[in-house]
Amino acid sequence: MKSSDDSWTEIIKPKRGWLDINLQEIWRYRDLIILFVRRDFVSIYKQTILGPLWLFIQPLFTTFIFYFVFNQIAKISTEGVDPILFYLSGITLWNYFSDCFSKTSNTFVANASIFGKVYFPRLTTPISIVISNLIKLGIQVILFVMIAFYQVTFNNALININSSILMLPLLILLMAIMGLGMGILFSALTTKYRDLSFLLTFGIQLLMYATPIIYPLSFTSGKLHQVLSYNPITPIIENFRYSFFGIGTFDLVGLIYSTIFSISVLFIGILFFNKVENKFMDTV
Amino acid sequence: MQVIKVENLFKQYQLGQVSTGTISHDLNRWFHKIRGKEDPYEIITGENAREEKGTSNYIWALKDINFDVKQGEVLGIIGRNGAGKSTLLKILSKVTSPTKGTIKIRGRIASLLEVGTGFHPELTGRENIFLNGAILGMTKSEIRSKFDEIVAFSGVEKYIDTPVKRYSSGMYVRLAFAVAAHLEPEILIVDEVLAVGDAEFQKKCLGKMKDVSNQGRTVIFVSHNLVAVKSLCQRGILMERGGIAFMGSADETVEHYMKVNAAQLNPSISFEYPVDALGNELIKLKTVSVEPTNPFITDEISIHFSFWNLSEDPSIFLAFDLIDLHEEVVFGSGFKIDKGIDNLCHATCIIPGDLMNDGVYSIELYFNNSDMKLLLSLPSTVSFEIADKERSYAYFGKINGAVRPKLHWNINPQ
Repeated sequence: MKSSDDSWTEIIKPKRGWLDINLQEIWRYRDLIILFVRRDFVSIYKQTILGPLWLFIQPLFTTFIFYFVFNQIAKISTEGVDPILFYLSGITLWNYFSDCFSKTSNTFVANASIFGKVYFPRLTTPISIVISNLIKLGIQVILFVMIAFYQVTFNNALININSSILMLPLLILLMAIMGLGMGILFSALTTKYRDLSFLLTFGIQLLMYATPIIYPLSFTSGKLHQVLSYNPITPIIENFRYSFFGIGTFDLVGLIYSTIFSISVLFIGILFFNKVENKFMDTV
Repeated sequence: MQVIKVENLFKQYQLGQVSTGTISHDLNRWFHKIRGKEDPYEIITGENAREEKGTSNYIWALKDINFDVKQGEVLGIIGRNGAGKSTLLKILSKVTSPTKGTIKIRGRIASLLEVGTGFHPELTGRENIFLNGAILGMTKSEIRSKFDEIVAFSGVEKYIDTPVKRYSSGMYVRLAFAVAAHLEPEILIVDEVLAVGDAEFQKKCLGKMKDVSNQGRTVIFVSHNLVAVKSLCQRGILMERGGIAFMGSADETVEHYMKVNAAQLNPSISFEYPVDALGNELIKLKTVSVEPTNPFITDEISIHFSFWNLSEDPSIFLAFDLIDLHEEVVFGSGFKIDKGIDNLCHATCIIPGDLMNDGVYSIELYFNNSDMKLLLSLPSTVSFEIADKERSYAYFGKINGAVRPKLHWNINPQ
């Protein structure tokens, strides 16, 4: 029998430091992440008549609204790209980001009852949200491809797929990292300042209009153009449209900027999340 | 071999500042600060004693806790609400972290702080077993290998593919407990599970707890239920105001707890002279006392009353209500008493044994004249606790009802 001091399997100590992040533990709980993903998927569409069909309906509806408001009424140019495809491409990618962001942003508050009773690495929850939304994105990308095929065949829409389409997984990864990073940073802050959660919906909406979703970047000029280029999501959307429609240029600098931004925000997010994780139960 | 070693454990909660928690409050606080005024949200509280006021806005929910648990031991932790039991459990199960001190652990801890954590109502029993198991720290393959056992233990085989929102609360708890019971941790924390479920289920749970400890694993059992602690645990810890008030064998600890409790109750009041006594110009109370002071449910309880009758009326109708902790009147009783020597009247009422349920009771008094006009009423004069006896059967939960009479049963073979 061991009785020496080092045979303890676990030592519970006061507050961990800023950098004391246990990523290995998250890997040990990977089954939990998968089960959370499954739970999210199964439970969301239970008791709805249309079920997973909503995955298609949501982006299509938004696209039609955008089409009527911004294309037909406001007459904002889409740089010669078929407007339906133009909006749908932006919405599909944007929705992934905004879902990751908004759904992880209330991690602590929404899970207070579970977190108050059982310990498991808290990061598993936001990670599972990002993954389940990734599946949703996959389905919506298929929808986009189907609509594109339809538009090309029947409505003579022009698309111009080039080799930069291979960057798509990277673009999606950047969206995931940015959404997750901003979401968990927000969730850490909302434990103290509940007010922020009210600002969030508004903030995300504002951010969408500050991203070239409903208009091409080339539509803007001068100072506004400058400001929009600072938005780290802009290069992701622009590059996606470039690889699919061949409009604009491939923006490598922008992409590097987005990558640096995403990784930094994720890192800061994890730091804050980890810090709050320890004492969150005392402040709720 | 020690499996848990708690050393100088402290847990501090900050009141006021943290709990307010909105930007507007923080701005307001800052605005007060720059004008040199006091923090408008500062709440002043002291140690973990809610009835006393201290001078700081910190409270110590746990103060210098030291104990260790050996392998295979069943340790009972008792104490009043707010004594720090839940805080200790929360730290043990890593839900929150201590302010000072360490806990060293050998082996996996699983807690049944509240069974069914993470159950999703829309998912089926089967899906929930996997989800809940994973939340509690099992891997998918571990759950799969124990799946049949879990289902059999829960007794809900028929409904395993039905969403759990269609379950009765009993089925729900059984399934949840079944998952937790099959975690096979080295250390199991059990918190108030006996408060739920029917007798058969309790028997299963207790059997499981015994199995766990017989297999050389350790159980920490937290309960308000002294009878269960006495029957199931070997060692006990009594917590009071964030500290350990007593540590010893389970029997000793329970006894100590009852003594402490009894000291806080007030089973008798008495006054020497009418001048100091409770009452008005018509009636002055001399004594009310309960005997025995710490009765068991089987004991006959005598309540003695004496009072000075200063009214014109020679006979007084004395009545009392017996009130339980929920402020419900369990019953009332009254009797006409004639004036005694020097206006001093005595009376005794006897509550037979095996009538009352266990619990804390207080007595409210009414004095009426012969026309049944109220002369004086005195709320909660004395309080006392009737304690449960050890039971020979496996159910340890609170038995329902305001009273618990021992009734005569006839078993007639047809």
